[in-house]
Amino acid sequence: MDLQIWIWLMIGITFSLYIGIAIWSKAGSTKEFYVAGSGVSPIANGMATAADWMSAASFISMAGLISFMGYDGSVYLMGWTGGYVLLALLLAPYLRKFGKFTVPDFIGDRYYSDTARLVAVFCALIISFTYVAGQMRGVGLVFSRYLEVDINTGVVIGMAIVLFYAVLGGMKGITYTQVAQYCVLIFAFMVPAIFISMQMTGNPIPQLGFGSEGSDGIYLLEKLDGLSRDLGFHEYTTGSKSKLDVFFITAALMIGTAGLPHVIVRFFTVKKVSDARKSAGWALLFIAILYTTAPAIAVFARTNLIETVSEKKYEDMPVWFENWEKTGLLTFTDKNNDGVIQYVADSQINELTIDRDIMVMANPEIAELPNWVIALLAAGALAAALSTAAGLLLVISSSVSHDLIKKIIKPDVSEKGELIAARVSAFFAVLMAGYFGINPPGFVAAVVALAFGLAAASFFPAIVMGIFYKRMNKEGAVSGMITGLLLMLFYMTKFKFGWFGGGTEADWWFGISPEGFGTFAMLINFIVSLIVCHLTKEPSEEIQELVEKIRIPTIESK
Amino acid sequence: MSKNLAKEYWKKNLKYLLILLSIWFTVSFGFGILLIDELNQIKIGGFKLGFWFAQQGSIYVFVTLIFIYIGLMNKLDKKYHSKK
Repeated sequence: MDLQIWIWLMIGITFSLYIGIAIWSKAGSTKEFYVAGSGVSPIANGMATAADWMSAASFISMAGLISFMGYDGSVYLMGWTGGYVLLALLLAPYLRKFGKFTVPDFIGDRYYSDTARLVAVFCALIISFTYVAGQMRGVGLVFSRYLEVDINTGVVIGMAIVLFYAVLGGMKGITYTQVAQYCVLIFAFMVPAIFISMQMTGNPIPQLGFGSEGSDGIYLLEKLDGLSRDLGFHEYTTGSKSKLDVFFITAALMIGTAGLPHVIVRFFTVKKVSDARKSAGWALLFIAILYTTAPAIAVFARTNLIETVSEKKYEDMPVWFENWEKTGLLTFTDKNNDGVIQYVADSQINELTIDRDIMVMANPEIAELPNWVIALLAAGALAAALSTAAGLLLVISSSVSHDLIKKIIKPDVSEKGELIAARVSAFFAVLMAGYFGINPPGFVAAVVALAFGLAAASFFPAIVMGIFYKRMNKEGAVSGMITGLLLMLFYMTKFKFGWFGGGTEADWWFGISPEGFGTFAMLINFIVSLIVCHLTKEPSEEIQELVEKIRIPTIESK
Repeated sequence: MSKNLAKEYWKKNLKYLLILLSIWFTVSFGFGILLIDELNQIKIGGFKLGFWFAQQGSIYVFVTLIFIYIGLMNKLDKKYHSKK
């Protein structure tokens, strides 16, 4: 069957599935809209969290990123999984015990202050908006590559779908569509990986395959190290970043993951505290399936690519080469006019530029897999982008309708009024996200990575100390959050956009890159909070009792 | 749960956290980053050990740690709630 027909078929089936689920799980109360009525089973919540978490970036870009970075790509692998250990051990059970709807809810109540609540709402909005713009862009990209529609039309189609099930079903609709989306995306990611692993190493398990021997009897990683050296790149299995920077980036990503509001809020949707722990475990297990496969795909794709193009004649290139040249993501300029592709590290001689995003997408074509696998991959990428976008939109809408309107501006709003407000703000959030998807501000890509730094520098210390340190008071927490956030914003705008005099790598403080700076800003947040907290008076009896209560789960007697 | 029991429960919980988080730190920041050059001298199949920890091993350990914690806490919950 023709590739175009396959793609329409796959996308048609998966989209009708999502819409069907949305109609079936329409939300009737604010509790259903914000936290799916707190009745989701741990395994379903684990899948939903995994889909929520794994965005277009994880699905499309990460393996490609690793295949160009080699060992240095480990920061993403460890950083984006290790955070779940922190979530499961330090945050999720206690926040579930606290039992409200949002992260600003916790911060506002624990620190008995609307200022703290406002700061938290502000952080949640900044983090979620930067993140969601990237997702809509991802949706547009997939549509334009596979359905050959205009990128903007793609964004509009994506908006319409998300609008439908997020506005109608709230968290309940989102949760159950995310479960379906997880199944689609993991299947779509694994099938080509297994095929390629079989082809290259004879081992069907990609996690083992990339440590095995290829058909020529040489270990794949050794071969790739050799190829990289020959072409002037750094060795694949060793890094080029400093150890300190790798350390700081990994920590910032881990802690940022644990502080992201759209991830935390997922743990409000289960029935009880022990279920919150369990669903963090399931979530990480489901995430690990993709995250341990990605580095294998990176190695397969990189080896395949080098062997296919390096020192080969341009006119002999396979069809996929031409297909991707059309998108502009792959370009060849024959600098020395010999008709042969020189792909080397030296930019003076190098003739081929490859966008890292095509490594996963072009992989099935490079490995000559059947058309339905390519179509499946398109559906999987859309599932990844849509599920994350929906989760973020919910955070934005509940921040506005619950944290701002209900808690600060108009506390006497009725249940029905709040539900309408939630739907209206979800609607506007989708429109705004769509706007950014169509007119992406140039800094989106840079800022998405830094959203983690912001989350680490602002939320994480306030929440952890709110649970583990009874003495922490509102003065400490608020000044810590503000210092952390401002410091991170300052460093990020200075080195990424050239504000405050700008600067180059040589000017980095202690050699820490902006991506890793979140760890530093978080430490400052902790220090400032502790100092200010001891200069001001301790929180009231009631608050200290609240903390004691959060620490001990209640178990319903049977 | 009485005040004393609650304190005991919390102390046990903190002990578990300390042990599990040290393992979390060791496999990722220790084996995957700080000690990578030493561990890379050892090879298992086609993998250098440090590289394997950074891209595979640490993730497997993370998953295991959470499930161990779930088990420990379920036991602890049961023990203290039967005492009440």
